[in-house]
Amino acid sequence: MRILIIEDDREAAAYLAKGLKEVGHLADLAQDGETGLEMALDGTYDVLIVDRMLPQRDGLSVIETLRRKNDQTPVLILSALGQVDDRVKGLKAGGDDYLPKPYAFTELLARVEALGRRPKAGGDVATTYKVGDLVLDRLSHTCRRGDKEITLQPREFRLLEYLMQHAGQVVTRTMLLENVWEYHFDPQTNVIDVHVSRLRGKIDKDFERPLLHTIRGAGYSIRDMAD
Amino acid sequence: MTWLTRLIRTTAFKLSLLYLVVFTALSGFLLIYLSRTTNQLMAAQVVQTVDAEIRGLSDEYLRGGVRALVESMERRARQPDASLYLLMDFAGNPLVGNISRLPTVVLEETGSNVRRMRYTRSGAGEGEDSREALVRIFELRGGYRVLVGRDLGEQQRFATVFSDALQFWLISVILMAGATWFFVSQRVMKRIDGMAATSRTIMEGDLSRRLPIAGNGDEFDRLASNLNDMLDRIELLMQGMREVTDNIAHDLKTPLTRLRTRVETALRESGSEAHYREALEGALDESDGLLRIFDALLRIARVEAMSPEAGLDRVDLGALVEELADLYQPVLEDEGGTLTLVAEPGLAVMGNRELIAQGLVNLIENSLKYGRCDEETAPQLEIGARREGDRIAVFVRDHGPGIDSADLDRVSDRFVRLDKSRTKPGYGLGLSLVNAIAKLHGGQLRLADAAPGLRAELDLKPAPAAAAVVAQETNIEAERRKGS
Repeated sequence: MRILIIEDDREAAAYLAKGLKEVGHLADLAQDGETGLEMALDGTYDVLIVDRMLPQRDGLSVIETLRRKNDQTPVLILSALGQVDDRVKGLKAGGDDYLPKPYAFTELLARVEALGRRPKAGGDVATTYKVGDLVLDRLSHTCRRGDKEITLQPREFRLLEYLMQHAGQVVTRTMLLENVWEYHFDPQTNVIDVHVSRLRGKIDKDFERPLLHTIRGAGYSIRDMAD
Repeated sequence: MTWLTRLIRTTAFKLSLLYLVVFTALSGFLLIYLSRTTNQLMAAQVVQTVDAEIRGLSDEYLRGGVRALVESMERRARQPDASLYLLMDFAGNPLVGNISRLPTVVLEETGSNVRRMRYTRSGAGEGEDSREALVRIFELRGGYRVLVGRDLGEQQRFATVFSDALQFWLISVILMAGATWFFVSQRVMKRIDGMAATSRTIMEGDLSRRLPIAGNGDEFDRLASNLNDMLDRIELLMQGMREVTDNIAHDLKTPLTRLRTRVETALRESGSEAHYREALEGALDESDGLLRIFDALLRIARVEAMSPEAGLDRVDLGALVEELADLYQPVLEDEGGTLTLVAEPGLAVMGNRELIAQGLVNLIENSLKYGRCDEETAPQLEIGARREGDRIAVFVRDHGPGIDSADLDRVSDRFVRLDKSRTKPGYGLGLSLVNAIAKLHGGQLRLADAAPGLRAELDLKPAPAAAAVVAQETNIEAERRKGS
């Protein structure tokens, strides 16, 4: 993926770019809002990572200008301000995701990849997700693996739906809490793990090949290793 | 700025001046109008009297000739408060009348004109001044001329009374206004100066001072009490900030020192890569912990500083509690425990869903951590929302050892951990946040012994019921229809 990082903290930006390049992405850097906006408008990037507080032009203003010019490139906002109302402001300005600083690199990577592979707006949204022999039908709200019908609770269905929507990618615990439960805080206990392990009990137990994997230090990923 | 210029610049002075000018102008206008109208009325009366006398005298003359006229005039002139009379022959010599001296030019003109002139009444003493009168002169057949007039003394006396009154009145109004302004502005300035002095000491750093309240409920009292409320809030925030700073200094030093020692030890001991790796991972965990403390502290400070009106939505507590139960149920089941949900339907508050949820999650996680007597017993939690009088209580209850009543008050302070050994994870900030969240929603966090166990409860104010609002609107609608 081609990623543009608009961040004025040189060291943080370089570290970020290095990390992204290591996993095979292309990363460009902009140090201030004006340059960032120009580069974003000129280049064809898959994802923009925008810091909120930038010299010359505020991060939110960069995003607003892009959206006014009908540029729909997904934007991940980075901010030292992590409160509920800051998040709402960021998303209102046109951001697609919001990550408060400091963040773990794995968390950022997971979010960037989720944004980059998001179906384009206006495009067709698949009505069925398929990973290996696991099929989730979003219209009839049914799930089956191979020949076996799997009964899911509504919340389990949402969980699996989100995981399968991002099949092959890493999904972090906070991403799950935000997108499946719609809470934006960090629980101290392993509440998400418990839910995932229950889901795993339903879709992977009794099957030879596991599909739902735990990625150590990062989160979860649903994928068929045979692919 | 001198004392006097300050006095003059007061609002009281400007208002007094304005009222003085407006009031004087209005009443001056009224007085002048009255005196002029009275004057005119009196003059008209004089003219009427004079005309009536002339008609009478003419009649006398026509009926009885000069003799009758003279007799009548003499009789009339003798009466008390008599008009002025003078009869002259064609040569202008006075024949009869009660006027001793008058300007000669007056007599040369006859006709219907009423004229003003000065005269001296016959029989008046030497020193007596001439007086003013309104007269009319008419000519009879045979060359006689008759003058009839009325003295204007009364009218002039009246005018003098009026103008005296006006002067006296003006002077007293100005004096009164001045005095009022002086006392009012003195009083006002005293209050303002008092407030200014107090605010200065407050600004210099003595936040415990408050503005004086006189207790008479006037506008200054209201202002002072509002400012005092504001100061209370500022003091609270300042105190919170000071506490946070103190605690940061105090409680963050420990993990920071630990982090430092860990890194230092790893550097000093030469070891394998695995050894370094382990040390680095430890350092990372340590710094994550530090960041979490910072985050929690900032969050508490932020919630405490939030204005209660900002970003409130209707939050269905029943649904929220159910969602959270749904979220934590598996966690408890995994540990062999139970989670019971006791939620009444239709309970709503105006609030921030995210924050209320976070508060409840903190309570639930506390109960998971501390809410059992030992590791073997299965945790039993009860969470719910119910109406209590005109309030709503959202509660989390466990069956653990509870909290000593001595500790109940301080447990929601920042960094307070009752776990003396500090072996369980946590920073002692969870309940502080819950407390701040409860206060933001106009409620409070109550902790009570549930015998056995702890009952933590958020006492919240219900949102105005949707049904009640509709009912009220229907009432208004009905009223309007009835009225029209």
